[in-house]
This record gives sequence, structure tokens and C-alpha cells, in this order.
Amino acid sequence: MLPFLLRRLGQILPTLAILSFLIFGLQQLMPGDPAVILAGEERGDPAVLAQIRAELRLDRPIWEQYLYWIGNVLQGDFGWSWRIRMPVSELILQKLPVTAQLAVMSFVIAVLIGVPAGILSATRRDRPADWLANGIALFGISTPNFWLGIMMILLFSVQLGWLPPSGYVPLWEDPVQSLATTIMPAFVLGTGVAGVLMRHTRAAMLTALSQDYVRTARAKGLAEKVVIWKHALRNALIPVVTLGTIELGRLLAGAVLTEQIFTIPGFGKLVVDAVFNRDYPVVQGVVLATALIFVLLSLVADLLYLAINPRLRQA
Amino acid sequence: MSSTTARPALERGESPGRRALRRFLRHRLAVVGLLVVLAFVLVALLAPLLAPHDPIATSWARIRRPPSLEFPFGTDENGRDVLSRVIWGARASLMAGVVSVLGAVLIGVPIGLLAGLSGGWLDALISRIADAMLSVPFLILAIALAAFLGPALENAMLAIAVTASPVFVRLARGMALDARSTDWVEAARALGNPPWRIGLLHVLPNIIPPLLVQATLAIAEAIIAEASLSFLGLGQQPPAPSWGSMLNSAQRFLEPAPWLAIAPGAAIFLVVLAFNLVGDGLRDALDPRADRK
Repeated sequence: MLPFLLRRLGQILPTLAILSFLIFGLQQLMPGDPAVILAGEERGDPAVLAQIRAELRLDRPIWEQYLYWIGNVLQGDFGWSWRIRMPVSELILQKLPVTAQLAVMSFVIAVLIGVPAGILSATRRDRPADWLANGIALFGISTPNFWLGIMMILLFSVQLGWLPPSGYVPLWEDPVQSLATTIMPAFVLGTGVAGVLMRHTRAAMLTALSQDYVRTARAKGLAEKVVIWKHALRNALIPVVTLGTIELGRLLAGAVLTEQIFTIPGFGKLVVDAVFNRDYPVVQGVVLATALIFVLLSLVADLLYLAINPRLRQA
Repeated sequence: MSSTTARPALERGESPGRRALRRFLRHRLAVVGLLVVLAFVLVALLAPLLAPHDPIATSWARIRRPPSLEFPFGTDENGRDVLSRVIWGARASLMAGVVSVLGAVLIGVPIGLLAGLSGGWLDALISRIADAMLSVPFLILAIALAAFLGPALENAMLAIAVTASPVFVRLARGMALDARSTDWVEAARALGNPPWRIGLLHVLPNIIPPLLVQATLAIAEAIIAEASLSFLGLGQQPPAPSWGSMLNSAQRFLEPAPWLAIAPGAAIFLVVLAFNLVGDGLRDALDPRADRK
């Protein structure tokens, strides 16, 4: 296990280094002079501009700017927000739990829909249940989740008045209200992932069901139920768990639009507001943080893969 | 490869392209998808003839009218005809989808071929860059790029193209690696062909089937991405119509004018579904291993 872990870290570190160049490089695409943006009303005063440039080290050569930036990032300092005078890392940590709650809820919904649907369609291949499950998965994948969100608000909030259309209540303040404000966005986010999970589960189950050990199990006269649930599913779930972990990371991106529609003050709302306020350090920080979370999750996925697949353990 | 499935087709004197076409046409849903895509392309091309009203002409006299015979999808908060805007919006969406994926292919495929054929440190570097880009979720990277480039449809397309390119880098690299170990590439190299010639003449033609599948599915994703960026105000700028930005303004009038949200969203859904169906059909048709029935 240890050599594997070291090898993975050896792959991840260069990836992270390149990622840091890319994210730092985003700054260079920025239209206009950041000092002018920051100076606001005082943009005509060269002394003010010079002071800001010196403060942000914009007057230094680019490699020095990079080293300064990456040095801070490594110490957990993602810079300061230009709009709200707050450290970017603090802003991110403040918003992350909200999005994490949303992501976990939608992931649960996605697994509850996607995995059973995948099993069902694989065991009833080319029959109506399979077509239905495939059709629903295709719909889930093709529906833009922000439109689904708007339609759900239209139905459940505007027409029926069952659920609040927007807002967020933290879980520890009022659990019931918190669930009421997050169930629609979680469902919207979850359905897209459910479609992907269903397709993965179906493919993995079909592969497992065509293996020799399944034929052996059937030849032994085991009940079909045992063959499916005990022999095939256990093996089929191995790739699904890995892919599912990576999908969890992708939920963070989906959350951007969903949070916008349901006005949930999470990670996604943070980056969108930052984009409109031209608060570039926050945009950079969010991209960096999501990339870190994503890389971390794919490492977790690899470890899970090792943990649940006994065949790889002694290797 | 699988000679057993190839033989009957060859005996009938059927070219691979013809066989793929036959398989694709057997896929009924894929054909429906293709027809829907073609219909949207026609609508986009003929927008000036099809749209019953001017898509950007505002009129205070007919603000937020519910659907009627004159305005089948109603009018928006500025008195513009929603149907005409949906028709013109097809241009922005389809163009964004096709142009950005074309861009992604033009960026990704040559780089991927280069990586796969040259190997060594160049391959390692290119692969790590692709990994790094793929570790930022698609939409977040596209939003960040579009934000730094500035809000405009062209910038949104550029952002989507760059963000989608690593997938094509990986695809082309993998195919190039596969091809490198084949006899025909070995022979071409032995004859003294330079790497670029091998890439262009010997590897590229073999990549086209999987590339076509990936590109079709990527167009579906790119259309959603463009709609998402326009929804956030980072794509097509008002008053020019785009389905994403129409949904953005519709969201502010859900209670008094729910019809505003339905048509643009349904249009995105339909066209994305159609591209996904075509992509799935192409995958089945072009997969040399799958001649199921």
C-alpha cells in the first residue's frame, strides 16, 4: 500500500505544481491594470497607484510575484479579497460547510436513485425497465440543472407553496428549516449525478454478470438473488465507488449555478459574486480550493479502491 | 482486432463508413436525435425568415404578455417576443457549441498526437498539464477563464474551448500510443517518415471515429456550458438573445410571468438531448467490437 501511495503522490505533486502556474497565470489574462481597479475613485493619482503596485508586488518581475504568491499559498494564505477586506481563505472556509451540506445531500440522493436504477437495468437488460432507467438517465444528463431548479421553484414554491424558493438556514440552527431550504437544490444537483452513476453501475453490473464466477455461481444452483446481490454486485460496486467519489468533487462545480438560483450563500455564490465584483483573488482562491479538493478526492478514490478490492491488497 | 465481426461486412463488399451508417440508421433514437439537431441548425440558419418579430425590439405597450396567437411563447419584461428570441437564441447556442468544440479539437488533438508520438519528457509534461486542467471542475475553470477574459460570447467560447481541450489531448494521446506499436506505423517509421507525417497520415485517420463520438457528446456539454455562462452574465451580452441569459431574466419574474422560463430551457434541453442521442448512436455505430445483432 505504501509504495502505491508514494507513487500516487509522485504523480500528484507535479500536477499541483502545474496547476499553481495555471492559476497564477489567470491573473495575466486580466483586462486592465489591477492597481487601477483597486484604486477606485483615486485612480488618477499616480502616488496611490504606485503604492498599490508596491503593496501587491505588481512592480516586481513575474517570477518573483509567483514565488511570493505560492509561498503564501503553501502557508494557507490565499491573499485578500479586494471587495470585502477579508482573507480569501477565511471566506472560503466560511462558505465551504454550506456547499458541503448541499453536496452530501445531493450525493445521497444521487446514490439512492442511481445505483438501484443501474442494478435494475443491468439485471433486466433490453427489457422495459432497462429502457425506462436509461431514458431517465439520459433526461437527467441532458437537463441543464439550473433550468430544472427554476422549474422546481415554479412548481413547488410558486404554484404549490410547499417549499421556500430561496434562502438558507444552517443545519445547527434549525434542522427542519435547513432541510426545507436545501432539499430542492440537493435534488436538482443529485439528479444529474444520478444519471451518471446509473450508467456506471449498469456497465459495471453487466461486466460482472458476464464473468466466469457468476456462471459458476449459477451452475452451482445458487438462487439468482444471491448471484446478483452477493456475487455480482460486490464486484460491480468497486469501480462505482471510485467513480462516485470523483463525481462528489464534480458536485462542487454544479453547485455554482444551483446556489445562484436558490440564493444559497455557499462556495458557488462566492465565486459568482467575486466574478461580478472583479474580486480576482477570490476567484483564484476558489479555483485553487476546488482543484485541491478534487485532487484529494481522487486520492481518496484510489485508496477506497485498494481498500474494497482485496485482489489488490497484497500487491 | 475482432476479425470475426469484420468478415461478414467485408464479404458483402461494405466499406467501414457504409457499415457505420447502416448501424447508425438502425439506431432509431439516434436518427430522431439527428433530425432534431438538423431542425435546430435550420432554425438557426433561417432565423431572420422564421422569427415572426424583431428579437430585440422592445415595446412598453406589451410587457410580460402571456402566450397568445400573436406571441405563442408570450412577451418578456421588455415587451420582446419570446418565440423570436428563442429562434435567434439557437444561433448563439449552436455556434457556441460547435465553435468551442472545434476549438477544443484543434487545440487538443495536435498536442495529444505530439505527446503520444514523441513520448519522453514532452509526453510527461503534456500529460501533467492535462491532468492539472482536468482536476479543476469544468464549469469552475470555464467561469474563471471567462471572468478573467471579460464577459462576451467570444470569450465564453474561448473559455469553453480551452477547458474542453484536455479531454481531446488524452484521447489523441491514447490513440497515438496505441498506433505507435502497430505494424503499419512501425513500417512508416522504418521508411523514414517524419513524426508529423506519421501523426497526420497514419494515426489521425484512425482517431476520427472515437473523436467524432467524443466531439458530439462534447457539443452537448458545451451548449450547457454556454447557457450556464450566459445565465451568469458571462456569455452573450444583452440585448442579443441567448437561451441562458433569457433564463436569467425569467428567474426574476417567475411569479408574474412563468412562461418566460419554459421555452428557453426546453430549447436547451431538446438540443442537448438530441446531441447526446446522436453521440450514443455514433458510439454504437462506430465501435468495431459491437456488432450485437
